[in-house]
Order: sequence, then structure tokens, then C-alpha cells
Amino acid sequence: MLRSLTTWMLVGQRLAIALLTLVIVSFAVFFATELLPGDVAQILLGQAATPEAVAGLRKAMGLDEPAILRFLGWLAGLLHGDLGTSYVNHMAVAQLIGDRLVNSLKLAGITTLVSVPVSLVLGISAAMWRGSILDRVVTVLTISVISVPEFMVATLAVLIFAVWLGWLPALSYAADTSSFTAILKAYAMPVITLTFVVSAQMIRMTRAAVIETINTPYVEMALLKGARRSRMVLRHALPNALGPIANAIALSLSYLVGGVIIVETIFNYPGVAKLMVDAVSTRDLPLIQSCAMIFCVSYLSLITLADLIAILSNPRLRR
Amino acid sequence: MSTPLVSVRDLKIGATTDSGRHVEIIKGVSFDIAPGEIVALIGESGSGKTTIALSLMGHTRTGCRIEGGEIRLGANTVTAMSEGQRAEIRGTEVSYVPQSAAAAFNPSQRIMDQVIEITAIHKLMPRDAAEKKAVELFRALALPHADTIGSRYPHQVSGGQLQRLSAAMALIGDPKLVIFDEPTTALDVTTQIEVLRAFRSVMEKGGMAGVYVSHDLAVVAQIADRIIVLKGGEIQEEGATQQILDAPAHPYTRELLAAFEPVLHKPLEFDDADHQPPILEVRNLSAGYGPIRNGEPGAKILKDINFALERGRNLGVIGESGSGKSTLARAVAGILPPYRGEVLVDGFQQEASLAQRSKEQLRHAQIVFQLADTALNPAQSIETILGRPLTFYHGMKGKAREARVIELLDMVRLPANLRHRLPSELSGGQKQRINLARALAAEPQLILCDEITSALDTVVAAAIIDLLKELQRELRLSYMFISHDLSTVEAICDDVLVMYKGEVVERLPAAKMSTDATHPYSQLLVSSVPKLDTGWLSGLEQDPALLERFGNR
Repeated sequence: MLRSLTTWMLVGQRLAIALLTLVIVSFAVFFATELLPGDVAQILLGQAATPEAVAGLRKAMGLDEPAILRFLGWLAGLLHGDLGTSYVNHMAVAQLIGDRLVNSLKLAGITTLVSVPVSLVLGISAAMWRGSILDRVVTVLTISVISVPEFMVATLAVLIFAVWLGWLPALSYAADTSSFTAILKAYAMPVITLTFVVSAQMIRMTRAAVIETINTPYVEMALLKGARRSRMVLRHALPNALGPIANAIALSLSYLVGGVIIVETIFNYPGVAKLMVDAVSTRDLPLIQSCAMIFCVSYLSLITLADLIAILSNPRLRR
Repeated sequence: MSTPLVSVRDLKIGATTDSGRHVEIIKGVSFDIAPGEIVALIGESGSGKTTIALSLMGHTRTGCRIEGGEIRLGANTVTAMSEGQRAEIRGTEVSYVPQSAAAAFNPSQRIMDQVIEITAIHKLMPRDAAEKKAVELFRALALPHADTIGSRYPHQVSGGQLQRLSAAMALIGDPKLVIFDEPTTALDVTTQIEVLRAFRSVMEKGGMAGVYVSHDLAVVAQIADRIIVLKGGEIQEEGATQQILDAPAHPYTRELLAAFEPVLHKPLEFDDADHQPPILEVRNLSAGYGPIRNGEPGAKILKDINFALERGRNLGVIGESGSGKSTLARAVAGILPPYRGEVLVDGFQQEASLAQRSKEQLRHAQIVFQLADTALNPAQSIETILGRPLTFYHGMKGKAREARVIELLDMVRLPANLRHRLPSELSGGQKQRINLARALAAEPQLILCDEITSALDTVVAAAIIDLLKELQRELRLSYMFISHDLSTVEAICDDVLVMYKGEVVERLPAAKMSTDATHPYSQLLVSSVPKLDTGWLSGLEQDPALLERFGNR
């Protein structure tokens, strides 16, 4: 499909904004971690350390340089893919995060594959048969899921599936991953819990966006042309609701990368969120900063992607 | 009459409100339509005309239900059919031309896909044949670029073109009955003529029957064979078009016709008018929207406007949509600060922007907006709405304020107990009166009226005009009256500015608009206003060169 120059200009503008936001965010992340109470050198050397030893270590770690210089150095490192070295175990942060990130992305990816289609189907069909039994059941379920905190869902899932029924392992990572069914079993509970948490919002937003377009005169016009309900919704309402739906999905999914700490902890799943919490307790600044940047980047790219979908699906920008 | 194509017997449609109350919208309506006949449903908003028209397709809007009676269309009894069976006849037996084609076209699909959608839904013909037929219809409807217009998106064509395209969309399946739901209401008069002509010629050629829903008797007179007058969900009167126009039997029909009688405005005489400066004077005013570069905005709308309005006189501003009428009101009021030129009220120069004007300057000139629905805060009671300007301009509080609110309500002929209600509990006409009373609360000398009667029914609008005149006599007001409706302007204004593309092309005495107009655009505009005469459209001859130059298509 050919698009006009203005469309591409809008796209470029949106990408530039995303980039600018990223720089601001990196600034905020760096200085927010600087503000964390406690001194790394002090913590590393323990309470018995002499002031001279602490000062020496600070100098060795470059902590005595002005913050702005360290920020620029860190930023330059990020651009080259150098995330720095962990203060605590002197390993490259990239190496520390690597496996964890893959784990987190795996969990997020599987959850996305399950939750997005389920949410879209439920949301759209609830809107299509608005006021029907299906719609009411979906509405009641989503509201109750939103109101229940995720640790509750997770704990209940463990209680029911692992303790009472004994179908699934309670801990994901320690579980056996040798066969396909075993993998399925290992991932089942974290994925179910996360799907519950992220789907509710997606279902509600999809339903609302589709209902709003169903109430437009052009959908009524389709009805008066003799179109069946499925055609009215899928051909006329849905394409015009893409923008808001994409945004709702992006917002929900962005939670998957960063906000899953509770789920990762309960199921003992070695993801990035858990790594970050561990890093905070040891004042491992490079690690914290890198984790925070990963969350911000994933969040920002999801939101930017949703905005781009909204821009590109707006026919007024087509020529 | 031979076997009618449509016969409606004792149709009853009801609705259940949110509070669970049951309301009868259509109270037992019966009529017939012969094959090839065009029947008009006339009535004000809320009379049930659109509800009846849609029920012929077996469709009711959310909350409504066909509760009794029978609708027969050809061999089908619509009322007895299932939703699936009704879908079968929609588009093939009966089709629909919407009020606002701009809203009825899906913004994300190309026009052609939507025009031939009926043939795809009902599998009437292959796509090539359907596209060919659509192009033929585009030609018959006098659409420009008939071969390529279908590949555009709805936002890329004008309102008048969309309206004709929506007719092509309705005709593609060769229906026996076409329902026109106020199809020209949203159009400018010069565009309306062309659309009406196109509709009439395709309907005559195809021998189709039609239902034409409208509130405008003059438009209906041009196209309908028979008129059914509705009020409150009941048929008041039914007869051949000529007969209804010549010898209306029912009082309501007479009232409708009377609203068409030109009421000429008599200017008020004030003894001291000569010695005072004009109440409003505008000099070299230019205004526009968009980011300002080198002191000029990106989109210039108004170009070098000059006029003066004498005290106690009324100035009409007419022109088509996009001519800059409302922008002029906004620039004078300071909502949109002009980038050049000056505005003088009562001889005193006004600051360009609203924020810089003093309270006293603000008080002198008040503005009344078109849509009272959006201009009144739905969460505030009428007393709060009217009380705010009283406190702001006159520092009134408590008992004094309440007394003044009651006085204001009395001025706009509304009962005092209305002050405890919310805007949503009032009728359209009452809301517009409140809107006016809010302007009066400031005790202004000049009121800028921006299309204040356009959203109202004919009879209600006429009452508002009468009220404006009375208030003028009592309070010595002056009005700047913006409207696209020439007869309304005629009824209240002394002089008229004709605007075209942001410029004043001519200033005319309101009473002599049709005879004195010299500028070709004014002539075109004046001659395009439909008259209550069945032969008007056929007899109308307009210079094609003029239409080419000024017609807003």
C-alpha cells in the first residue's frame, strides 16, 4: 500500500520522540540509582573496613569521578553493547543478564502467544454479541480477575494444581525439561497466571474499542446493506478499532517483561525481574541500571509499535 | 391504486428507556406506497419519521422494538421475518441513503469497495460487472471523474459527492424501494440542488419507489409525489404534494407552512442612534489558524474584513460552510485573536485576544453558540449556569443572584422553576433559550449569534427569532447573526454580509437580497434556496459557469 510523505514524516517523528524519551529515561535511570542509599565500596568491604581502604576501592572503581562523566561513559558503553561489570562478582553484566533475559523473553513470548489471541477472540466476540450470556460471563470474569492480585492467583494455582491435584510442578525452573510435555508442564502455571493478569485488561479494552466502532453510522450502514453480524464487526468495525486495541495490548504486554517479579519469585523462575531485585539488595549498580534499561526499552518499543500501528492504520493518512 | 409495493398497517414501535420506562414512539401508523411512487415523511425531530423509515427495512435502533402491526414489502412480510431473512432483502429489495454520507462511509475502505458491497454480500454479480455498474451509476449521478472516483477514500471527496456516492451505493442492487433519510440536510444550498437533481433523475429512470424523510417542506416539494405529515409518532395528514402545499387541512401542517412565509424585519427606530459610534466596527480584520510565522498564521481564513454595525441594527452573515462565518464571530469575540486589523465595540478598540480584554469589554459583546447541548455544562443546574456570569460581571450573590436568574428566565419566556433542572432535562428550544439567557446575564449591547437556530426545528426556530426581536425592543440590543439559512437572516436582519472563502463579497439590505444581489456568488446563493413550489427545481436555471466557479462540490 502506498503511503504519503506525511505518513512517513509522522512515523519518523514518532520514532524520534521514542529515541529522545530513551535518552531521558537513561538519564533518569542512572541518576535514580545514584540516589540509592548506601555506598558500594562500604558494602563490599564490610563494616570493619578502614576509611582508607574504602577510599582506595572507590578510586579503583571510578566512583570518585563526577556523576555526569560516569553517566556519559556508561551511555557510550551501552551504545557499544558494553553493559559494564558487576560490582559484586566482577562478571560482565551482559553475561549475567543474557540467560536471564532469554528466560524472561521465553516466558513473555509464550504468554503473549496464549493471551493475545484469547483476549482478541473473547473481546471481539463479547462486543459482537453485546448483552448476551457470553458477554456477561466475559465481563464478570475479567472484572474479577482484575480485582484479584496476581500473587493470589499464583498461590491459588500452586495450591490447586501442584498441591491438591499434583498435576504440575510447583517450581518451574527446577522441573524436568527433557520432553515436550515436561516443558509444557513447567511453563503451564506461570503462563496461566500471567495470562490471567494481562488478558483481563486486553479483553476489556478490545471490547470497548469494538463496541465504540459498532455504534458508528457506517456499521449501521453495513447492517442496512444486508451484512451479517460477523461481516459488520470484522470488516467494518475492527479495522477502525485497531489503534486503541494495539495500544491496550502493548500496555498489557509491557508488564510481562518488567512487572512479573511476583510471578517469577513464586514459581522460582530465573528471569530478569528476579535478577534486578537481587541486584538491588547487593547495590550492584551496573546490573540494576542495565535491568532498568531493558525494562524501559521493552516498554518503549511496545508503546512505539502500538502508536505506529495506530498511525499506519489511520486511512486519513493514506494517499 | 394497483397493488401497493409497501403497505404498513397499524405499525407500533416502542422503546424502553434506561430507567425501565416504556415509551411508545410510533402509535399505530398505516400507509401504502405504490410502485414507482416517492412518498415524503415530514415532521420535526422526534416525530418518528426516521424510525418509520428504518422499520421498513426491518431495522430499529438500539432500545427500540416493533411491537405491533404489519409491514409488507412486495411479497415479504417484514414484521414476520427473522433477522437473517431481513438481511436477505436489505440492499436487494429495499436500500438506504443516510443523512450524513460522511459518517456512513467506512473511513478505512475505498469508496468502490463500499459501493459494490451489496453485490458482494448478496452474491448478485461478479466484481467486474459490479464495478462497471457502479461507474455507470456515478455517471448518472453526475459525479466527476466517474472512472476513478471509486478508488479514493471517503475523506478525499466532498460532502456533496459523498452524498451522491451513497445513493449509488443504495442503487447498486436494483432495489424496489429506496429510503432517503434527510439526505441533503447536511449540504450547502448550492450543493443540495445538484444532489436533488441527481436523485430525481436516477429515480425516474429506474422507476423505483422511494421514501423521502425530511423536515424541509421546500425540498420535499421538489421530489415527492405524496406527503405524509407526522407528529408525535402519528400521521397528522396525508395527501398529494400539491394538495398539501395548497390546502393543508391539519393545523400542524399549516404551522409548518407558515414558518416558510417570509417575515420581513422592521428595523427599530432609536432617537439618538445617529449621534453614537457604531456598536461594532471591524477594520481590515484578518485571522487564521495554525502556527504563526512572520506574524501570519499557517492557514489564513479571513482576509481583510471591513464592516460596521449601527446600534440597534442587526447584521446577517451568510455563506456556505467553510466561508469563514464562524471564524469571523470567533475573531470578533477574541476567541481567535486576529493577526491583523482591529475590532471596535461602541467606539472603543478591543484587545485582540480574549485574555487581554477587560471585564467591561467582555461584558459588552457576548457570543451564543450553535449547539446548546455542547455549550451548556451537563453537570450544572440552570441556576449555576446563569449565576456564574452574574457573579463574574456584576458580583451578585445569594438572594439577589437568584432573583436575577428568575428574571433572566422570564426574559427568555421560561418558567422560574426550570432553574433547578439540568440541561439534559430540557428540550432543544429550551436549551437554546438558556444559552441566550446566559449571554443576556452579562447585560451586553451586542450579541454574536453563531447559527443559533440551525439545530432547531422550523417552528421552534421561528419562536427563537421572535424572542430575539422582542429582546431587542426591550433591551436595545444589536445582533450579529450568522446563518446559512437565508430566510432566517431575512426575518431578523437589516443588512447582510455575503461571505465567500474568507472574504466579504457583498453587503446587501436583507429585504432585497434577491433583487439587489450583484455579485455572481450572492446571486447563485440566493437563487439556490428551495422554494415551496413543486416546479421550482425543474424551472430553475443557473448559469453553469457560475456553478463551476462557486459551486462547492
